[in-house]
Amino acid sequence: MVAIQLFNEIGSIFRNTPTFALVLETLLVITVIWLLLHRRGGGRRRRLTKEEEDQIIADFEPEPLVGDTDPDHPLLRTRIVQSKVGKQIRVDGHDCLNLGSHNYLGFLEDQEILDEACKSLRKYGVGSCGPRGFYGTMDVHLDLEDRIAKFMGLEEAIVYSYGFSTVASAIPAYAKRGDIIFVDEAVNFAIQKGLDASRSTIAFFKHNDVEDLERLLIEMEKRDQKNPKKALKTRRFLVAEGIYMNTGEICPLPELVALRQKYKLRLFLDESISFGTLGQGGHGVTEHFNVDRDEIDLISAGMEGSMATIGGFCVGSHFIAEHQRLSGLGYIFSASLPPMLTQAAISALDRFEREPKIFEQLQSKAKTLHQKFSQFSKLTLRGNELSPVKHLYLAQAAENFDKELKLLTELADKCIARGVAVVQAAYLQNRERQPVRPSIRIAVNRLLEDADIATAFEVIESVSNAVL
Amino acid sequence: MGNFDGDSGTVFEQSYATTNGNGRVAGANGIGNGAANFSPPEKQELLSQRKFSAPAYTEIRTRRCHSKPTNDAKSPSLINYHPEKKSISNGHASVLSESKPNQAEGKLSPEQEHFQKTSFEEVPLHTACLTYLGFYLLMILGYINQLLFVPKVATEKGREGYVKLYDAFESFYSRYVYRRIKDCWNRPICSVPGEELTLKDRVTDDYGWSFKFTGTETRCLNLGSYNYLGFAAATGRCADDSEESAQESGLAYCSSRCELGDNEQLQELEAQTARYFGVEDAIVFGMGFATNALNLPSLIGPNSLVISDEKNHASIILGLRLSGATTKVFKHNNMRDLERVLRQGICYGNPKKGGQPWDKVLILVEGIFSMEGSIVRLPEIIALKKKYKAYLYLDEAHSVGAMGSRGRGVTDYFNVDPKEVDILMGTFTKSFGSAGGYLAGSKKLIDFLRTNSHAHCYAASISPPIAQQILTSMKTIMGEDGTEIGRKKIHQLARNTRYFRRRLAQLGVITYGHEDSPVVPMLVYLFSKIGAVVRTLTTRHIAAVGAGFPATPIMEGRIRFCLSAAHTKEQLDFALEAIDEIADDLGLKYSRKPRDPNPVVY
Repeated sequence: MVAIQLFNEIGSIFRNTPTFALVLETLLVITVIWLLLHRRGGGRRRRLTKEEEDQIIADFEPEPLVGDTDPDHPLLRTRIVQSKVGKQIRVDGHDCLNLGSHNYLGFLEDQEILDEACKSLRKYGVGSCGPRGFYGTMDVHLDLEDRIAKFMGLEEAIVYSYGFSTVASAIPAYAKRGDIIFVDEAVNFAIQKGLDASRSTIAFFKHNDVEDLERLLIEMEKRDQKNPKKALKTRRFLVAEGIYMNTGEICPLPELVALRQKYKLRLFLDESISFGTLGQGGHGVTEHFNVDRDEIDLISAGMEGSMATIGGFCVGSHFIAEHQRLSGLGYIFSASLPPMLTQAAISALDRFEREPKIFEQLQSKAKTLHQKFSQFSKLTLRGNELSPVKHLYLAQAAENFDKELKLLTELADKCIARGVAVVQAAYLQNRERQPVRPSIRIAVNRLLEDADIATAFEVIESVSNAVL
Repeated sequence: MGNFDGDSGTVFEQSYATTNGNGRVAGANGIGNGAANFSPPEKQELLSQRKFSAPAYTEIRTRRCHSKPTNDAKSPSLINYHPEKKSISNGHASVLSESKPNQAEGKLSPEQEHFQKTSFEEVPLHTACLTYLGFYLLMILGYINQLLFVPKVATEKGREGYVKLYDAFESFYSRYVYRRIKDCWNRPICSVPGEELTLKDRVTDDYGWSFKFTGTETRCLNLGSYNYLGFAAATGRCADDSEESAQESGLAYCSSRCELGDNEQLQELEAQTARYFGVEDAIVFGMGFATNALNLPSLIGPNSLVISDEKNHASIILGLRLSGATTKVFKHNNMRDLERVLRQGICYGNPKKGGQPWDKVLILVEGIFSMEGSIVRLPEIIALKKKYKAYLYLDEAHSVGAMGSRGRGVTDYFNVDPKEVDILMGTFTKSFGSAGGYLAGSKKLIDFLRTNSHAHCYAASISPPIAQQILTSMKTIMGEDGTEIGRKKIHQLARNTRYFRRRLAQLGVITYGHEDSPVVPMLVYLFSKIGAVVRTLTTRHIAAVGAGFPATPIMEGRIRFCLSAAHTKEQLDFALEAIDEIADDLGLKYSRKPRDPNPVVY
């Protein structure tokens, strides 16, 4: 019955439609069909015959796999470290005072940590021979995760086997295509790679410029009002570093948190430098500003700085951190951190908790060095006074970055020859989001004496006067 | 994903049929000459080996008569071995014989030979139906569960009105499907991951939401770790050298290679790695995953075409994503499909640039595929690469050390000049019992990487004890330590692999991959069987790895065994006996191939 009614209905539609409309619609249908078939069959071009294909293949001249490398490329020449890294270091045959290794708390010289790590080696062997999922989880890994979570007063921590991969895996575990990430333009390279991997829309704001960030956020809000449906699905993230590797500045955390609340962003902090250096108890930039750690959605940090081992971790609420155990690529698909290095991190945390005064010592050294190093006649210092990482730039800019790098390299070489190990910061200028101004990156060590800082100042001052 | 298996399965079946039919040599005559070329003494060994090396995958016999000889094959010493009772001595050196594991039967073309030894048996239809049914049932139950009961999972606090952080399906899957067999992964151990390991027992009172340690430990035979050559040990030369290195140089450098992280040990390691492969130069990194993920973007750009095997590892896929290159996928280990994709890619050029020719074309394959257990067809790929002027990137994460008579990886296995491969990549995590990765190739390539590699410039340099472990184990494999240990280990692994795979085939379970690959996936198909097998194996004191969706296609849940040179015949027999019983109980003997009734000789 229904079918007959429907048939009659269709019949009446045809009868009532003017002929020209019918013709027009038929043409339309034919066009659509033609377009569909054309796309499928012909592809972008007509099909080639076998001979034509062979000809194209014979003519195909690929570029060489890699271009030639300039034998004088600055990155080809590396300095050889010939001793254990500590306050003192032997570089290229010169015994030096070390202002280049990121061993802020001096734990690399700590025999106790080393012995505990070696004990661990004797229990577990060297490698873990598997990813975390497949028998690569050892009790030390779980122990370390517990300890970090407790130390930070958060619910859950997750340990990665490489500092670089920590933040680079954490960001794309949450941010996906279609999301938007607000990022400080001075973020380190690992974060930049994490952003690339997420395929989200990236909005860079000026370094530590909260007003610029707010301007971008207001723009976003306007866009959202135009398209509220899309806005409901767009996750928004804010990514910053505690202390910036590339500038030595501390992020304005309270302002970032306020904006996070106002615009409903999720805040990810990379504390690779600030963890174990800032705050009274070494808890990082949150403690420094006295910000509640629940305000931060995820804190990630490398363990290759103050903890003086290898690897990294992310810490946050259970809801957030747990997700990486199934989605953090560098966590799932990589062999777990060698147990002895995990043990070294646990031992470092022991020291953090047992001797919280080390952080104050480091901060006071950083301050002393900051005051002293602000007085160079031909170099300018950048970085927060409390930061253990500082940058020295040429006071008088040279014509281009290559030239500046050359001068700084010469300066570093001569300083090393005179017993002060400083190095120019290494960047892949062609791969960075934007070229980074060459500098000498100074890393402060807790064990430096005031006299050491004075010596270093004199050497660098006299070398810079000679070179520049 | 799911339909791949049917396709490639038929390809393998075909080549198998042609060889068995009338000895007709099909296809690819000129391509590759790897495995068939043997020097006279090797040939002799082969002949002597042939007597007992009836290929278990291909020999046609009746099915019934397998059980008795299998029992005969069990060695009497079997009962003696048990991981928790350490009464027997593991003298694996004493069971070594001088026969070389055979690599080829002279008359077949290498490609046919390879396919004959590679098994990708198709799933029986009713199992396929059951698997899907089982999976959907799990999903439906999961949804009902989610509707009826408030999940015990942590909820987000203080973020009201925010856009949801997680994709609904993703969190549903992990909470209501994966959770049911969550206890089969991330199992904590508290010992060396050597030939045996100690599991820390844990229980769950709430169906997998959380775990509690019971305080007890279980000693298990380790068939899960990537300890191919058995260098994971807390005593012995490697551990001694590592400890010495740690005492001498500390645990880290706290700097990148380009700043204050370079040292003589790492330079020695690079020179040693280059020598190991017989190439000009090498560069090493602190993490295997990062070696792929952070170097591929330096090598290829947006106007490059990458032709990648569909079963390539996640690190490669991430590297490709970061590079912005166009990626085309070819069917797993299928050379005809690779050639088709190559031809099309080159002929039609870059569609994003109106068909302009590509800057370069890179073929990206792995040596041994970790989930499939198959070995790459290197000679054919090299022939194709030359024909189409493409470059070849070979990821040897699982094959370095484990393949070839000298442990140099698949180039050694196929007797191919390593210089024919443009970029050799691999990790130190597995066969070397350490951590990290390398890239090896021409001096020009490595110099380029030194100036362009993300990991080299920004990431921390390798920790001294970790680097030392690699150095010592590599020297042992090369025989530079003046002992035969390395050679024996390689030999032992090859023997274990052959033995274990043949015995499994004889049991009638379906295994994937090549006869010579120490990665042995055993198909169980059903999601629930992954859990059942892993748990039952644990009660039998065997630690193995399960893999299911999303790591594999929904259809192909599997248990993976990784063999090691540290395993003895007794240990393997112990495992095989348990697997046999479990396979009977749980119905895992899916294989419809004829089984070899003769006892498998170790």
